Amino acid sequence: MTIAFYTLAAFILALGVLVVSTKNTVHAVLFLVANFLCVAMLYVLLQAEFLAVIQVLVYAGGIVVLYLFVVMLVNLKRGPETHVDPRRRDRMGLLIGGAVLAEFVAILLYGFAPRATGAAPAAAAPGVGNVEQVGWSLYVDYLVPFEVASILLLVAMIGAIVLAKKEP
Amino acid sequence: MTDPHPVTATRTPVQFDTDELVINMGPQHPSTHGVLRLILRLDGERVVDADVVIGYLHRGIEKLSESRDWTQIVLLTDRMDYVAAATNNLGYCETVEKLMGLEVPRRAQYIRTVLAELQRLASHLVWLGTHAMDIGAVTVFLYCLRERELVLDLFEEYCGARLTYNSRRVGGLPADLPVGWDRKVREFCDIVDQKIVDYEQLLTQNRIWLERTRDIGVISGADAIAMGFCGPPLRASGVMRDVRKDEPYAAYEEFAFDIPVGAAGDTYDRYLVRLEEFKQSTRIIRQALDGMPEGPVMGKVPRLIKPPAGETYHAIESPKGEIGFFIASDGKSLSPYRFRVRPPSFCNLQVLPKLVRGHLVADVVALIGTIDIVLGEVDR
Amino acid sequence: MIETLVVPLVKIAVLLVGILTAVAYLVLLERKVQAWVQVRLGPMRVGPHGLLQPVADVIKLIIKEDITPARADRWVYTLAPIIVLVPALVVFAVIPFGPETNVFGIRMPLHVADINVGLLYIVSIASLGIYGTILGGWASNSKYPLLASLRASAQLVSYEVAVTMTLVSMILMAGSLSMVEIVESQQARGLWFVFAQPLAFFIYFVGGLAETNRAPFDLPEAEQELTGGFHTEYSGIRFALFFLAEYANMIVIAAVATTLFFGGWLRPFPSVAALGLLDIVPGWIWFLLKTFVLLYVFLWVRATLPRYRYDQLMRLGWKVLIPLAIANVIVTAIAVVVL
Repeated sequence: MTIAFYTLAAFILALGVLVVSTKNTVHAVLFLVANFLCVAMLYVLLQAEFLAVIQVLVYAGGIVVLYLFVVMLVNLKRGPETHVDPRRRDRMGLLIGGAVLAEFVAILLYGFAPRATGAAPAAAAPGVGNVEQVGWSLYVDYLVPFEVASILLLVAMIGAIVLAKKEP
Repeated sequence: MTDPHPVTATRTPVQFDTDELVINMGPQHPSTHGVLRLILRLDGERVVDADVVIGYLHRGIEKLSESRDWTQIVLLTDRMDYVAAATNNLGYCETVEKLMGLEVPRRAQYIRTVLAELQRLASHLVWLGTHAMDIGAVTVFLYCLRERELVLDLFEEYCGARLTYNSRRVGGLPADLPVGWDRKVREFCDIVDQKIVDYEQLLTQNRIWLERTRDIGVISGADAIAMGFCGPPLRASGVMRDVRKDEPYAAYEEFAFDIPVGAAGDTYDRYLVRLEEFKQSTRIIRQALDGMPEGPVMGKVPRLIKPPAGETYHAIESPKGEIGFFIASDGKSLSPYRFRVRPPSFCNLQVLPKLVRGHLVADVVALIGTIDIVLGEVDR
Repeated sequence: MIETLVVPLVKIAVLLVGILTAVAYLVLLERKVQAWVQVRLGPMRVGPHGLLQPVADVIKLIIKEDITPARADRWVYTLAPIIVLVPALVVFAVIPFGPETNVFGIRMPLHVADINVGLLYIVSIASLGIYGTILGGWASNSKYPLLASLRASAQLVSYEVAVTMTLVSMILMAGSLSMVEIVESQQARGLWFVFAQPLAFFIYFVGGLAETNRAPFDLPEAEQELTGGFHTEYSGIRFALFFLAEYANMIVIAAVATTLFFGGWLRPFPSVAALGLLDIVPGWIWFLLKTFVLLYVFLWVRATLPRYRYDQLMRLGWKVLIPLAIANVIVTAIAVVVL
């Protein structure tokens, strides 16, 4: 189990690096798909089959296809007029990178810190499957946030349509 | 700190950089009906503009004719519209007869009419089959070719050839009808009338067929005339023009038949008009067989065909439209001084760019199919 | 050891060989059925009635020259057919071909794996095949395949929504995502779900035609328009992989439809005791028979109908099938709760 985990984790990291380092955008998207698939396998290792399948279905099978679409359809050659001061860009990059790093460190520290409450992850009740658990937590425990999130997505979708429909 | 790299270029609003896609369709393409080449400019799948490139099948038939004697030209006309060779023969022979003032026996006129209408059926069968196949109904194609095979059999029995018939002579016909031939033609007419019902079941009310052909390639009657459309496509735009009625030739004056016209001028109307022509053709054939006069099939023709000096133009209604022959003779040499054909496929093809503009790639093949071209005739 | 390792491996091997053979003969069947509809004979030369034609085809495709177009993206170009084929084969793992059966003295279920999210597994794995289609067209560095692959991807994405929606209503009916339990629930109710959910079946079938690029939705490979589609530039064995994948996908659609709507391995009218005589026929034969009939319908449709146009196909998907499928889900949900 542990070997499998670390192998997968290494793959995920390597693929992640490849995604940002490849010059060819289509290849980058491909690496991203592979990355998502590895994450899905990680979920399987954690016995969260439902999550794994949904990961493949939504991310690998759905969203990245749209990425691929955009990458293929849109000409990614940058025009000459989008000239920006390289140093300013570096500064922005440093800032964002630092913020993300800090976040990771915080998560790590929080993860390793001894839990005061000791709230162990809810042990799977016997006889209740993975799907049911996800269902319960989404539609019973966190119903309101779930609905809010879906409404947010709906609003975003309508907004996108309105923007795209606007006559030039 | 001052910016060492001041931004000088004006910012244009961010927009997707999309190019038009120029795509070359043909001459090696499965649905350009031969060696037609189209250069399509596409915006996504929508055709912005189309450029028709022809000439891949040019054999110089018109120029060649100026160095062949008058009898030999008949078999050159076979090679123009090779799907309707017998009609070309007829047009040429009638033109020469007009130039020479020859009288053609009535029996020969009747047989010529039967052959011309059989040829129309064969040509329309090929058209229907390929048109349907372009839109994806492959089965219709095979059904149509099955029936066309029967026409070819009839022609084979009459003149020995199945595609390039050389089936007319200046002044008449090479041979009289074989014994029992008329019975077979009648049987064939019955079969076609039945099979048309089959095709209609497969296509006419088919939702997909309707969606693929209705309002596709609409052209108004006035535009159609202005652009030199002819034949069934012209009639589908609501213009009543058929050489068989307007300037009757062969024996068409003596038969009752209707000229179907369309209203909308779209691909579906062109389809309906041609389907109706099937029925009218069998009607004409039956009448001609019923009233077939006795007599010779060859008129009094001089041993050496040498028309007097002069020029003439004569048009007949080929399955594709109005095919006209302009022939000038100097009265001295044994071949035409000038030979020129007005090919319906060519005239109809020039409308194609107008028809496809604004439609999708898939419609382009449907529209090539609907104008029914034969590249042998376009390029000559 | 035998139970956990050898049996599944043997099953996988049998399944793979079976599917590849089935695909080869499905191609022959298609050619034969098309020929019969079109008053032809079809393949007749290789073997009696052309029965060895698939073998000849395979040999031909393998020994043909495998061309990579100049300036094609070589890696992606090679990868694309594999990406298409693998998901098409992998989904068979969860399809239950029959009930528990004694095979050579070992009692075993006739499926490789029964995972509790079987149906979702099929949907998600099948959705990966689209990458091969897109990338194959893109990597060929050619215009017609590119157009075709754009068509294919848009079509797949749209029709997947409708198909998945119908599957949701089936999940509601069965109360489970496991393929085996879905069949067992049909047994318990004594009813093939197609009779309870005819609309869902219709949407599923139409969507399935579109997802497998079959007529009348075969736009991505419309040879009359795009000279062959996303695999125009492919030849030899790599073309064969695309070909295999298309027919394997057809079998998947038919097999899943059989499981969901036609009671899987159950005999007709599973609740009518008077027809108990039919139980003599083993379940897996019923399963294969039903799958075969559905596949025949695929071929039949192809021989009959003309082809849709791209925008019409999209309109049908988004404006007819998806709303219908959503309405069906809602009605089913209400019915399940009320009844």
